[in-house]
Amino acid sequence: MVKTAHLNAQKQAFFNTTRAFKKSLPILMGVLMLLALADALIPKQTYRLIFSGNWFFDPLMGAALGSISGGNPLTSYIIGGELRQEGVSMLAITAFIVSWVTVGIIQLPAEAVMLGKRFAIVRNAVSFCTSIVIAIFTVLTIGIK
Amino acid sequence: MIKKIIEKVGVGEAFLFLAVIGYVILGIFDFALLRDVLYVLIRLIVRIAPILLIVFVVMFFTHLFFEGQRIVRFLGKGSGFGGWMVAIVGGIVSSGPIYMWYPLLSDLKEKGMKDSLIASFLYNRAIKIPLLPMMVHYFGWDFTLALSIYMILFSVVNGVIVQRLTQRGPEG
Repeated sequence: MVKTAHLNAQKQAFFNTTRAFKKSLPILMGVLMLLALADALIPKQTYRLIFSGNWFFDPLMGAALGSISGGNPLTSYIIGGELRQEGVSMLAITAFIVSWVTVGIIQLPAEAVMLGKRFAIVRNAVSFCTSIVIAIFTVLTIGIK
Repeated sequence: MIKKIIEKVGVGEAFLFLAVIGYVILGIFDFALLRDVLYVLIRLIVRIAPILLIVFVVMFFTHLFFEGQRIVRFLGKGSGFGGWMVAIVGGIVSSGPIYMWYPLLSDLKEKGMKDSLIASFLYNRAIKIPLLPMMVHYFGWDFTLALSIYMILFSVVNGVIVQRLTQRGPEG
C-alpha cells in the first residue's frame, strides 16, 4: 500500500516536471538560437574598438557590452584579459565581466515569461547598476587602474 | 493582431518562431554565415544538454520531496538568514547558463519563493568555482578574491532592492 502510494508520488512528480519542462523548452531553444546568432555575428575585435580610456564612459560601456553579450563566463575572462593587454582600465573590464553574467538582454524575454516581466526588467536594471558599483569597489580595494 | 497570435500559440512558441524567421532570413542572404551560426548552435546545445538533465533531476526531486509548504518555509516569507544562505550557496554551486535555471525558479516562485532570493540566486551564478583558477590566471588572486566577496555581498543588496521595486515589500 505504502509502496503504491510512493510510486504514484514519483509518477506525479515526473509528470509535473515534464510538464514544466515542456513549457520552458521553446523559450530556451529561442534563447540558444539568439546566443548562437550573436556569437557568430559579433566579431571579438569589436570589443577592443569601443573603449577609449575614459574613466566615466569606460565602465558604463563595459557594463553595457557585458549586458548584451552572453555565454560562458570564461569567454568574458579571455576577452577581459585581451582588453587588459590593450590598456583598457580594470574599471571597465570588471564592469564588463560582472554584467556578462548578471545582466542578460538576450535572455530577457525568457526571464520575463518565466519569472515575470516586472521582475525581469527590475532585476536586470539593478544588476546593471550594481555591476558598475562593484567595479568601482573592487578597483578601489585592490588599488589598480 | 500580434497579441492574438501570441495568445493562441503561446509566448514561448512565438519567441521561438521569431528566432526561426531570423535564421531563415539570414540563410536567404548569407548561407555560409547561417552554416557557421548553426555550428555554434549545435555546440551550444551539446554543451548545455548535461546541465539540462541535472536541472530536470533537481526539479523532479523538488516535486517529489518538497511540497509548497516546505518551500515557503525555506525560501518564502520569514525564511530569514537561512533563505539567504540557500539562495547564495545554491547560486554559487549551480552550473551551466543562467537561463537553464529559469524553469526551476519559476516553479519555486509559484510555490512561494521570494523575489529577493531568486534575484540573489541569479546574481551568485556569476561566481563559478571551477572557473576561479582561470580568473586568477588573468587578473590575479587579490582581484579574484575582492570581486568574489563583493559579488556575494551585492547579491543580497541586489535581492533587497529587487524585492522592494517589484512592490511586494521587504518580506516578499
